[in-house]
Amino acid sequence: MEPSISIRNLSLDFGSLRVLKDLDLNVGQGEFLVLLGSSGCGKSTLLNCIAGLLEISEGQIFIGGRNVTWEEPSQRGIGMVFQSYALYPQMTVAGNLSFGLKNAGLPKAEIAARVDRAAKILQIEPLLDRKPAALSGGQRQRAAIGRALVRDADVFLFDEPLSNLDAKLRADLRVEIKQLHSKLKNTMIYVTHDQIEAMTLADRIAIMRGGSILQLDTPEEIYLRPNCRYVANFIGSPSMNFFDGRIEGGDHLRFVSGSLNLPLAGYAFADPQGARPGPATLGIRPEHIVSGAEAEAAAISLTAEVDLIEPLGSDTFARVTLDGSNLWIRLDGQARTRPGDRLVIGFAPERAHLFDLDTELRL
Amino acid sequence: MTKTPHLLKNSLKFPQPELEPVDTTVAVATAATPTPSGTRSDLEPGPRGRKPARRFSRRNLFIYGTLTLVALYYLLPLYVMVVTSLKGMPEIRLGNIFAPPLEITFEPWVKAWSEACTGLNCDGLSRGFWNSVRILVPSVILSIAIASVNGYALANWRFKGAELFFTILIVGAFIPYQVMIYPIVIMLREVGLYGSLTGLVLVHSVFGMPILTLLFRNYFASVPEELFKAARVDGAGFWAIYFKIMLPMSLPIFVVAIILQVTGIWNDFLFGVIYTKPDLYPMTVQLNNIVNSTQGVKEYNVNMAATILTGLVPLSIYFLSGKLFVRGIAAGAVKG
Amino acid sequence: MAAMARPARWHRNISAKVAAIPMIATALCIFIGGTAWTVVYSFTNSKLLPKESFVGLRQYERLWGSSKWLTSIENLAIYGAFSLIFALVIGFLLAALLDQKIRFEDTFRTILLYPFALSFIVTGLAWQWILNPDFGVQAVVRGLGWESFTFDPLYNPDIVIYGVLIAGLWHETGLIMCLMLAGLRGIDEDIWKAARIDGIPTWKTYLFIVIPMMRGIFITAIVLIASGIIKVYDLVVAQTGGGPGIASEVPAKYVYDAMFLSQNLGQGFAASTMMLLTVVIIVVPWAYLEFGGKRK
Repeated sequence: MEPSISIRNLSLDFGSLRVLKDLDLNVGQGEFLVLLGSSGCGKSTLLNCIAGLLEISEGQIFIGGRNVTWEEPSQRGIGMVFQSYALYPQMTVAGNLSFGLKNAGLPKAEIAARVDRAAKILQIEPLLDRKPAALSGGQRQRAAIGRALVRDADVFLFDEPLSNLDAKLRADLRVEIKQLHSKLKNTMIYVTHDQIEAMTLADRIAIMRGGSILQLDTPEEIYLRPNCRYVANFIGSPSMNFFDGRIEGGDHLRFVSGSLNLPLAGYAFADPQGARPGPATLGIRPEHIVSGAEAEAAAISLTAEVDLIEPLGSDTFARVTLDGSNLWIRLDGQARTRPGDRLVIGFAPERAHLFDLDTELRL
Repeated sequence: MTKTPHLLKNSLKFPQPELEPVDTTVAVATAATPTPSGTRSDLEPGPRGRKPARRFSRRNLFIYGTLTLVALYYLLPLYVMVVTSLKGMPEIRLGNIFAPPLEITFEPWVKAWSEACTGLNCDGLSRGFWNSVRILVPSVILSIAIASVNGYALANWRFKGAELFFTILIVGAFIPYQVMIYPIVIMLREVGLYGSLTGLVLVHSVFGMPILTLLFRNYFASVPEELFKAARVDGAGFWAIYFKIMLPMSLPIFVVAIILQVTGIWNDFLFGVIYTKPDLYPMTVQLNNIVNSTQGVKEYNVNMAATILTGLVPLSIYFLSGKLFVRGIAAGAVKG
Repeated sequence: MAAMARPARWHRNISAKVAAIPMIATALCIFIGGTAWTVVYSFTNSKLLPKESFVGLRQYERLWGSSKWLTSIENLAIYGAFSLIFALVIGFLLAALLDQKIRFEDTFRTILLYPFALSFIVTGLAWQWILNPDFGVQAVVRGLGWESFTFDPLYNPDIVIYGVLIAGLWHETGLIMCLMLAGLRGIDEDIWKAARIDGIPTWKTYLFIVIPMMRGIFITAIVLIASGIIKVYDLVVAQTGGGPGIASEVPAKYVYDAMFLSQNLGQGFAASTMMLLTVVIIVVPWAYLEFGGKRK
């Protein structure tokens, strides 16, 4: 099937600075793609390029099979939702929703019908006559989504739409957006720096850094098989633990770092060529480290001293000292561990992640 | 980093667009007039860091005493003008300029308005008043129309070279007018507008442009960019966004600009005397000619009445507009 | 799905370019063109009409040999120095007084600022009247019994410029006060709290903490006052007419007189070019300090 959005060799320069670097991206029909990255990675810039709000320096953009590289934003068949909602303060919610349709010269009846339908979907009918200033944050964001909705666009672009909301509302609206997507089945591109939003909403996540896409995969794949150390570190909370060291040995490869000497039997190398001695980084997620009896049975089993405890109720995260370095592990919420306790921890090699020390790519 | 001089950007407080109270981090984060956190809005009286003193402490006595004396000094000229204008000439010759009038007369006011002479014309200041109005109205409208659209284009529709011209414009605001006076005389003469009100209107629009453009550019730049983006996605073009989105949310800055221009243009003397001819002189020029004319007996009461009359328009605007005026002249002071 | 070439660019953003035409015309024709024209013609001996007979620096030699110009420059220096110092000091002190959480702050501010709303013509005429030796302050004090009291700045060539200064300060201190007040209000309250906890006396806090923090405001105020000083014209015209004799002439008036009264355009161009030079001397170091440092 033809992709809904296709980006080819897209580059963007701000003066002499190349902020987007030769990007290629295809988004399938009805797909929910999340652009994820820390601030300054270019994710919002890329979204603005797709919307036509920034003129790109090189490359082509296709939406619905049509080359829209040089088209005005309003001609691209997109709807867009912004972080600050960007509702026109002097217009009512209805006015906000219909502004674009009026500009497009749609007949009055058609506009009214579309506004009603969008309001119904978003349950903002009672708010239609209010001005944005009289709305709560969540209501404003619904109105802003409504403004994108009425356009009957094939593609919705979301630019960190939930960042301005408090945690509770954010979780609620996240669910609503997910339901909206399953109902409307539009293509959606969603920019966020929040990995929970990314993991929960996305069909696929594109992790960006420095104007490039590092990894484009399903949330599960990104979590389980990050293709580089940056992605591994970015996804997951608390972050993955890393040890810099070497892979040594012949038939039975081992990872050596300081006094640690860990067997790697069972680790699935991404590239069989990588399975040879050399400098490497080993990563292991806190939630993949087991303790107690389970640890003693694990392929890798070590004794560490508990340094710090962060009880969260459902889980307890503990920082333990192992061979002079710290690592975080996840314990049961009811664990009765205290700082100073000695603890047996362990993990299975297949749960670990190995990265080249220099290129930081997955081995 | 734009090349706008620091003083123009940071130190002066311009009104900010009134937006829905979005979380503060986002709404005005891009504002042209950043306010460090923990500061109060410009002139609102607010709790200061020092403890409130008892009402009749020596410190308070000193503060209120000094301020009252200073305030009296500042009011003195206005008081003297009013008092003098209400006296007859005999009383002025005998009396004390600070003494209130023994016998109040409004004759000097009438005379100043409708009979005072400048050269051969003896129809009073009213001629200058109406000239000033005829200069003021089109100048204010034209200069604000040009500058607001230009400031909007600079803030939201940047194009190559725009910043360069804007920098020239702002730097140009520091060039003494005297350097540009004569070339403008020649230009206006070439197009046949030298000595006409139209010519003067153009001159006011030109010299009002730096400060007004700056004012509007900074204001529009502080409107969240996403609003502008949303309007573009909604299919609004340059003029639709200006008229339907920006204009309705910019009324305060327009009021500031109007205050700024009305007082500035009304108070102008130099351009009036250079670019118009005697029967079109604005009020300030005519006032000066009446008071400083060497012919005839000096009628101080009429002079003072005329002076007050000339100052009345800016004074009314000042007292009516309150804090907006402060912002306006703070911005306008750059015009120097 | 074929690739598409970038369309021609000139008509992109066309409305913005149209909207900027007045600005571009002003910047190029008036500010750059006009200034360059005046500078070029200051090297000619234009009289009633500008003409292109270049005479080198002769106009400048005549200018600096003219006692009227020298008086103008001297007056400008005196007026400028005192107006700068007094406006800053008085403006700051008044602002500090107003910033003491007092009642009637708005009233005091309104009174201190109203002169700024008035034109220089009105200001000059008002003070001309108050300083009139036959009716004004001098006459009143003499009327109180002090017969030998003399205060006639506008009629004494030696001190006439101070008479103008009194009016000038009355007009502008309110503005500086407002700027300073805004600056004081911009200072984090926690600074005051910290100073109090450290036991620093109020005046020391102002002198060593607050004023250095207000550097930007002071620079703004200085630039404002300075650029105003160079343009002083209407005030002198209204208050003294440049007299007595030539005792209160200022450069801006010299330019006007040369151009429009004595049909000596070349002198006017040379004098205005000198004014421009003065501004450049003030603005360039300031611009360098403000922007030169940050660029590094």
